[in-house]
Amino acid sequence: MILLFYLAAAFAIVATIFVITSAHVVHALVYLIISLLAVAVIFFVLGAPFAAMLEAIVYAGAIMVLFLFVMMMLNLGQATENEERSWLRPRVWLVPALMILILLGQLVFVLWQQQTDMTPVEVGVRKLSILLYGPYLLAVELASMLLLAGLISAYHVARK
Amino acid sequence: MESIPYEHGLILAAILFSCGLVGVLTRRNIVFVLMSLEVMLNACGLAFVVASARWGHADGQIMFMMILTLAAAEVAVGLGLIIQMYRRYHTVDISVLSEMKG
Repeated sequence: MILLFYLAAAFAIVATIFVITSAHVVHALVYLIISLLAVAVIFFVLGAPFAAMLEAIVYAGAIMVLFLFVMMMLNLGQATENEERSWLRPRVWLVPALMILILLGQLVFVLWQQQTDMTPVEVGVRKLSILLYGPYLLAVELASMLLLAGLISAYHVARK
Repeated sequence: MESIPYEHGLILAAILFSCGLVGVLTRRNIVFVLMSLEVMLNACGLAFVVASARWGHADGQIMFMMILTLAAAEVAVGLGLIIQMYRRYHTVDISVLSEMKG
């Protein structure tokens, strides 16, 4: 189980690095799907099977397909890819990457100080739905309103 | 079930978040910026689920679901904006949007 966690973590990190460095949009999308599926495996290992399913269905399924449809509509050609390669020079990304590396180093340093072992307990869909329709009922309603607002505004913005 | 150090999950979330942040700061293609935002939101969700596993509560997973909802709505509106931008400027370069004129 612990091996699966580290393997999926390595997959997620490598795929995410490929996402931010690749020049072709569709390749980056496929790498992003790999990264999201690896995170879904981590959720499963951590005893959150419902979150893992949601990650696979909503993120890797619906949102990525939405991206893919828009890429098909835009129909970006070779010219965009060449342009993208010319933007990806080290002098563009070196300074931001270095600064964020320092930030990440600080985060890792702080987290490395203590090692709390946890034995994941499976929190199933039953416990989750009791909470969702109990104390978090208002949040669920607000989420539905947010999705409705997103739907209407996406329709309005993308109209000709 | 063997135990996993709780901090390692948080470190993984931090690494993924930093990757997304580098993407947001360095890419000029707006599609890549939106994808990096997705990576960052996903890393936040991972941190919530790790914390939920640490204390054995379901609240972290509920917060993950809220983040999922937010990401779906954000992507729908963002992709609509990308389509509109491509229609007007015929490019996905965000630097054409630097002028605040109608």
